[in-house]
This record gives sequence, structure tokens and C-alpha cells, in this order.
Amino acid sequence: MLKINDLHASVADNEIIKGLSLEIKAGEVHAIMGPNGAGKSTLSYALTGREGYEIASGSATLDGAELLDMEVEDRATAGLFLAFQYPVEIPGVSNMEFLKVSVDSQRKARNLESYTSSEFLKIAKAACKQVNLPLSFLKRGVNEGFSGGEKKRNEIMQMILLKPKLCILDESDSGLDIDALKIVADGINSQRDGERSFLVITHYQRLLDYIKPDFVHVLADGKIVKSGGPELALELEAEGYSWLESYDRNAEQEVNA
Amino acid sequence: MTDQLDEALHREYEAGFVSDIESRTFEPGLDEDVVRRISAMKDEPQWMLDWRLKAFALWKKMPEPDWAHIQYDKMDFQSISYYSAPKSMDDRPKSLDEVDPELLATYEKLGIPLIEQQQLAGIAVDVVFDSVSVVTTFREKLKEQGVIFCPISDAIREHPELVKKYLGSVVSQKDNFFAALNCAVFTDGSFVYIPKGTRCPMELSTYFRINELNTGQFERTLIIADEGSHVSYLEGCTAPQRDENQLHAAVVELICHDNAEIKYSTVQNWYPGDENGKGGIYNFVTKRGICHENAKISWTQVETGSAVTWKYPSCILKGDNSIGEFYSVALTRGAQQADTGTKMIHLGKNTRSTIISKGISAGKSNNSYRGLVHMGKGAKGARNFTQCDSLLIGDKCGAHTFPYVESRNPTAIVEHEATTSKVSDDQMFLCRQRGLDPEKAVSMIVNGFCKEVFKELPMEFAVEAGKLLEISLEGSVG
Repeated sequence: MLKINDLHASVADNEIIKGLSLEIKAGEVHAIMGPNGAGKSTLSYALTGREGYEIASGSATLDGAELLDMEVEDRATAGLFLAFQYPVEIPGVSNMEFLKVSVDSQRKARNLESYTSSEFLKIAKAACKQVNLPLSFLKRGVNEGFSGGEKKRNEIMQMILLKPKLCILDESDSGLDIDALKIVADGINSQRDGERSFLVITHYQRLLDYIKPDFVHVLADGKIVKSGGPELALELEAEGYSWLESYDRNAEQEVNA
Repeated sequence: MTDQLDEALHREYEAGFVSDIESRTFEPGLDEDVVRRISAMKDEPQWMLDWRLKAFALWKKMPEPDWAHIQYDKMDFQSISYYSAPKSMDDRPKSLDEVDPELLATYEKLGIPLIEQQQLAGIAVDVVFDSVSVVTTFREKLKEQGVIFCPISDAIREHPELVKKYLGSVVSQKDNFFAALNCAVFTDGSFVYIPKGTRCPMELSTYFRINELNTGQFERTLIIADEGSHVSYLEGCTAPQRDENQLHAAVVELICHDNAEIKYSTVQNWYPGDENGKGGIYNFVTKRGICHENAKISWTQVETGSAVTWKYPSCILKGDNSIGEFYSVALTRGAQQADTGTKMIHLGKNTRSTIISKGISAGKSNNSYRGLVHMGKGAKGARNFTQCDSLLIGDKCGAHTFPYVESRNPTAIVEHEATTSKVSDDQMFLCRQRGLDPEKAVSMIVNGFCKEVFKELPMEFAVEAGKLLEISLEGSVG
């Protein structure tokens, strides 16, 4: 599904991703762990095409199509979804409108008909229930006045509605209490169907208790320095990141928040 | 983003075509004789001519105002033609069948079908082309209910008692430089009278079009809502794309008697000029209404066009318990400049006013809100709430706020809230990551920003305004 080959990416002329390769097959869940500043968020922004994240070399293909040549919205339509670490507010735009325009834009790009308002309302209500948000959330402004947990659940709701091929979850566990974490994890798990793939970016092993990964990778200084099964996450939890010899805190600066 | 933004700001003004219509146009220039000739063209009674001449004498002594936050080359009032009318109007058409097909086609192209059967049900339209009203629909039907809706030139001849009583009663001949000029040379506009206790059965609207080169449009609108009546009125404006600046100096007066309500909406889309500020309409407009007891005037405006906008639709809240409202969306891009806002003059007891202003600036444009809230000595218990929000797109534009508050009554309450925000990279990235293209994303974000104002527009026009905003924003982001 996703093939990343020798990716080099920089922010403000600082190289952050320094030759990263990774392959995720259909239906697999991969976790990327690593210390602050290892390049975890940079990887997610480089893949989704955020402005300011320059690709020096390498490739990243989704089902054979080169993502790095595409506009941000075309990557989304190709099936790439990013659940944000800090979802932003859009005042005055109702969640419902935002969701419908998003889904319609992607369906249009795939030459599918738009849902009628009543069809979409049904689908949106179901998704809303699935992440345990009251239906009133559909009427509220996008993330406007939402708590941290509500914002994260709103991201998962968008994922459920957009049905992407590959989901990148950027620290979807940060700032969540244990109940909210379970709801978010349940929402994600419900979308595992043997086809959809996930790239879970996290600091902590905690999330991986709820979302069982097939593979765990350790990212340090812009490269994957170790890969293994779920047991690697437990190892990291026990030992921290200090054993990573190749990790040099001075060598990199991750610019994004 | 900024470079792409500049690049993308070249977009077509959809209403920018010129109609090939044979016109009778005065030679450029302005003197007493021109005023007399305008009056004669319209077959006006002596009192009207006298009124015009008095205004002209006043205007000659007035200086052009320069306090607004706008810059433009001073106008040469001698280089403008003050009257232009399609030749086919020499014998006024009595019905639509007699209207020049080219004129009808012009309005078709603008999305305003003039054939009554094809129109949106429940909307009567007065159409002003350059200096004259070419057609007014549903006039007879409205007359059945006693509602008068006609070109103001007709009203001067047919309803002199009403015109004499109210013309200049809210905006006097010496009110300001541009109003005085309008009083002297106004050519046409709409006249509305709603009788006591009548709810006007349809939306009334006027479409203004400037076509002829080097002409100014000086329209005059007078709306009288008698006691306990209700009317909703909308005006729309477009002009061809020309390299020369053209002047539009209108005066609108609203008289809202006891317990009456006037809702006045504007969708202004005059040609804004090119991205370097060449061409475009200079829009200097005086709009004011007076509210008697328990009356309510609501101004809603969506301003997206004009090179320069100078406009402050205002309310004189004379009667006790009267209400004034001002809802405004002003969008500037390219080199456009807007200095717009309102004046709420509270004179009566328990008068209330609400001001919601949304300014959106893109390109290298400048967008200013200028508002006065005046609480007079007698304004016991009066209240005002002002909310003034600015949204910036890109980093070369400006947003400015000039609020003036005068309170002479200690029981009056004035509230002012203001915010300035940017369409952020984070918002854009979120929208695009969900599959929206950049233009759709900006348009959705800006529409959200304007929501409080759009909901005040009559339904059909809220959709129109949303679309207009979308078109106006086309290419405003990279």
C-alpha cells in the first residue's frame, strides 16, 4: 500500500528526515515511536504535503502512485488521511458543512455522486454516535470550543466518514484521559477491515495497548533505527530511548510543534 | 503563499462586458445649464428644478472631504457626463415587449431575467440603466395594495406631495459634498411608498447598471414606510470593465414611521478595477434612515466591488423604542479600498442598535470600518452593541477600525467588540488534507466568518451573496 523509499525531508533548510524507508502492506498497522524531535511529525507532514516541508530526495507511493508529486488535496483524495495532533478551529463553519464538503470534494474527485443532504445526515449521525459525541456536535463550528478529547474524537469521526486507504495518526493519544483514549482507540479499531492500513505515531506504549500494531519502528535522528513486533514497544517503555546510540539530540531540530 | 496569491489574483470580473446600446449622452461637464437640462429631460415641475439649483449652489461652495482612509486621484467633475440614456427610451416603453431586446439581453446575462413570468416569484424589480429606469415589474400588481413602486422621476410627476414632503428630509441638500452633488444632478432611482398597516406582498429590488463610458451614475432612492407597514428591499449593482474610473454618488433616504419596519439589503458588485488599481467605480454613497416610535430599520450590505467605497448607511433613532441594525460584509482584494461603516444616532428613549461588521481584506487592499454611536441627551436606557471583525488573507493587505462613541446620557450603554484574524496556514492545511481545493477552502472559511451577516439577507440573496463571495475570492490564494 504505502512504500517510502530513502526519503529526505527538511524544514527551513534543516534536514529532519534523513533517508527513511518503510513499507506498509494493506491491512497492516505500523507504529512509529521515538523521542521528541526524532522527526515523527515531520514524516507525517512530508507525506501529506504540508507547505514548508521540503522533499530533497526519495519517493513515497500509495498503491503505486507517487504522493510527493501531488497537491495536498490530491493526496487526500488518493486515500491519505492525517489525524492531527492539534486540530485547528474554523469559526462559523459548522462541523456538518465541513464534513459534507470534505466528503463531496473527495467523491467528486473520484467521479462519484455527492450524497444528498438527507443521506449524508444519516451517515454523519451514525459516525457521530460511533465516537460517542452528542449529535449537537454536527451543528457546532469546526473544533470551536471543543475540549482536547472532543477534537481528537472529531478527527476519528472525519476518518470514519472519509474512508481513507491509509491513516496517519499523529499522537492521537496525547492529552487524552483513559476513557477518551479508549473511545478513540475503539473508533480506530472499528475501521480496521483487513484492507485499510494505519501508521500510528506515538510517544508512549499506552496507545498500543488498545491499538495492536503488527510492526513497531523506532525513529531517531530522521531514520528508522530499529524495527520489530509489538514487543519492541514494551521494551522501549521499560528502557526509554537513551539506549539509542545513533540518536544525537544536537544533530537535529524539529521545527514543527 | 503570498507570491502565488499575487499571481492568482488576476481573475475575471464576470459582469464586465459592455452592451452595445445606442445612447443619448450629455457632453461631459457640469454647470447650472446641465442641471436645467437634466430637469428638462425628465419633464420636471419647477419646484424640483429649484430644489436642484439650490443644491448645486451649495455644492459649488463645499470642499471635497478627505478624512476617509482612502487614496485616489481627485476627480475632475467637468470630465464626467451627467446624463446618459438608451435612445430607445425616448419614447418610454409601456411594457416589456417594447423594451430594447439588447437591454433585456444585458440583464439576462447578469442573471436578472426581466420577463415577469421568469422571475423568482415574489420579487418586483426596478431596473436602472445609466441615468434612467428602463422598466419596473409588477407595478400594477403592487398598486392593488396601495404600494407605490416606481422610478423616482415618475414619482416626482405623479406623487409630488409625497416627494416634496420627504425628499431631502433625512439627507439634506447640504449634508455632505457628494450628497449635495447628487441632489443637483440625480437622474433616476426607485421610489417606494407602503401605506399604513400594509405588509408589502413581495420583495422589492432595484438593479443598477452603469454602461456608458465617462458617465457618472447619481441615483436617488426614497422609501417611505407608513405607520405599521413592512417592506424588504434589495439593490444590486454592476458595471462594465473599463480602464477609466467612473463615479457613482447615490443618496438613499428611508422614512420609517411608527411601528413600521424597513429591511434594506445591498449586494454591491461594481467593477473593482484591475489588480493595480486601474479603472473601477468610485462609490460615494450617502444612505440614511429615520425611525419613528417603535420603528425598525435594518441595513444589510455585502460589498465586494468598487475601486473605492465610501459608504455609511445610518439610522436616526428618533422615536422611543426604535431599533437600528447594520450588518455588513465588505470584501476588498487587489488594490481596492473600502472605508465603510455606520452611524447610529440614538435620540429617543430605550432605542437599541446592533452593528455587526465583517471586513475581509486580500491582495494589497485596504479595508476600514468607521462607525459612530451617538447617545443623545434624551436617549435614556438606550443600548448599542457593536462587533467588528476583520479577516486578513495574505500579508500585504490592511484592516483598520475607527470606532467613534459619543454619549450624552449616563443611562445609555455602549458595547464594542473587535477582533482581527488571519486565514491561517493551519486552517488551509486541514481543509486541503480533507480534500478541498484551496479556493473552496478559503471560500468556506470566509463564508463561516460572514455567517452572522448572511443570515440577515433575504433567502434568495443569501445564496447569491455566498456565490458572489466565492467568485470574488477566486484565485485569492495559491
